[in-house]
Amino acid sequence: MSRTTAISVAGLRKRYGDHEVLKGVDLEVPEGSVYALLGPNGAGKTTAVNICSTLLAADAGEIRVAGYDVRMQADQVRRSIGVTGQFSAIDEFHTGRENLRLMADLNHLDRGRAGTAIDELLERFELTDAAGRRAQTYSGGMKRRLDLAMTLIGSPRLIFLDEPTTGLDPRSRRELWSIVREQVADGVTVLLTTQNLDEADQLAHRVGVLDGGRIIADGTPAQLKSRVPGGHVEVQFTDAARLAQVAAVLPEATPDAESLTLRMANEGVASLRRLLDRLDDDAVAGLTVQSADLDDVFLALTGRAAETRSGSEDEMEAAR
Amino acid sequence: MSTRAMARPTTSYVVRDSVTMLRRNLLHWLRYPSLAIMLVAQPIVFLLLFVYVFGGTLGAGLPGVPGGGDRGDYLVFITPGILIMAVASVALGTAIEVALDMTGGIIARFRTMDIAKVSVLTGHVLGAVVKTVFAVVVTLAFAVLLGYRSEAGAGSWIVALALLLLMAFALTWLTVGLGLAADSVETASNTPLFLVMLPFLSSAFVPTAAMPWGLRHFAEYQPFTPMIDSLRALTSGAEAGWDLWLAIGWCVLIAIVGYLWSKRLFTRVPTK
Repeated sequence: MSRTTAISVAGLRKRYGDHEVLKGVDLEVPEGSVYALLGPNGAGKTTAVNICSTLLAADAGEIRVAGYDVRMQADQVRRSIGVTGQFSAIDEFHTGRENLRLMADLNHLDRGRAGTAIDELLERFELTDAAGRRAQTYSGGMKRRLDLAMTLIGSPRLIFLDEPTTGLDPRSRRELWSIVREQVADGVTVLLTTQNLDEADQLAHRVGVLDGGRIIADGTPAQLKSRVPGGHVEVQFTDAARLAQVAAVLPEATPDAESLTLRMANEGVASLRRLLDRLDDDAVAGLTVQSADLDDVFLALTGRAAETRSGSEDEMEAAR
Repeated sequence: MSTRAMARPTTSYVVRDSVTMLRRNLLHWLRYPSLAIMLVAQPIVFLLLFVYVFGGTLGAGLPGVPGGGDRGDYLVFITPGILIMAVASVALGTAIEVALDMTGGIIARFRTMDIAKVSVLTGHVLGAVVKTVFAVVVTLAFAVLLGYRSEAGAGSWIVALALLLLMAFALTWLTVGLGLAADSVETASNTPLFLVMLPFLSSAFVPTAAMPWGLRHFAEYQPFTPMIDSLRALTSGAEAGWDLWLAIGWCVLIAIVGYLWSKRLFTRVPTK
């Protein structure tokens, strides 16, 4: 295999009883790049990550991580990777510093070097002030940052991030993104899973859309967006009656009575003109033409909308 | 160049990783002392109960004491059994700790790291041995406070304490397995309860000769009886003889079975 391929998965299958979660997944992640597995709940994202990170045995398929076979050379794989899972993998009874010390020791770093590395990580993840407090008392965002710091203390060349920002507020999410970008700038390879289309768009060089156990589309965010070239048009109405009136004559458009908006796929000048011909000046409060985002892509590929963020947070609550 | 890049066999890290995990285990104990306090208190409660509630009557029935024994004689009789309950109590706590640990996300992290996997378990076992020393010392101190005196020499006591530690080591490997096999923390706190019950069906509280035929045979052949009998002999300055070898044999057997079982439960790559 090529030295520049960090992860290669071919024909990965996994079944739980009667339910086949992964039905033959193929993917390649070049070294130093970010690959996002995008998909709704139950698409098999976590299962794929667990198999690649040696936590779970596959039923079939050839999986090589950092050049090693995940089943036959699990220890070599483990030496090369760092994993931050969906559920916090920190020791709640330890302080932030003690958690990092624990990881430094398990990574067999020498004591002096580890001390400096710990201080640097605490500083960079804005945990210095909380370093002496038990992790139990940390907020969700702090726990996630500590979790990632624990993953990074061994300087892995390849990291797996399973829904790294699920349940985080927007500010914490952006902070985490910038940490991931720093890692990538240092040449680290990242495989991340997400339900958040914006996140995949922000971070990934390549996105695989996983749905029903298969990669149904694979490409750069730009390539995926080019599948729905025009994006969509959104018209903001002043009142519900006008909205209903226009929606009645434009069956291809989707009205939203609550926000008083009408959304229609942008299929070129002719379709735009047809829309504009139906609009009265005093009925329209605003009009925007939006380039395609990954939401449009997901809708075009699967025929249904991607899960919303609040859905995934509810699931997190239920799993606790 | 990081140290981890040097390709050393994983096995060379067994000791280092085990010490790291031991430190983690003891730190948990300090941060969350209520479980530990409850486990150490349990044998002391039994000691007080048996000496002050039942001790007068049971002491009078002790064989080999001219004119019948008293409360003080009974204290001497049951102290070895109470010490073994202290060992069993800590072992029971380990099953709970292991099960608790397995429900946390950090175990998944350990499993994806290049560490000596067994160290996750040896951390618990070594931690339990340290806790047992503490529990035995506290329990013994209580017994002395209540008037327990021993005629045995330092040599016999050293052998007695070594036997207690061996028992702690063996029973803990067994309860680590029970903790791993349990599907919940509740199960893990129930399945090892037989360890606390078994001393009652042994020579710990009454001589086995006082029991009905069937029970007597069970009590004479179950592993706790030779352990208690040899501890009783050692702490009273007598020769433990064959019982000691039998006790050591049981401990080694339990430790090996518990270790192999736990290791198998923990190191297999799960398929679901």
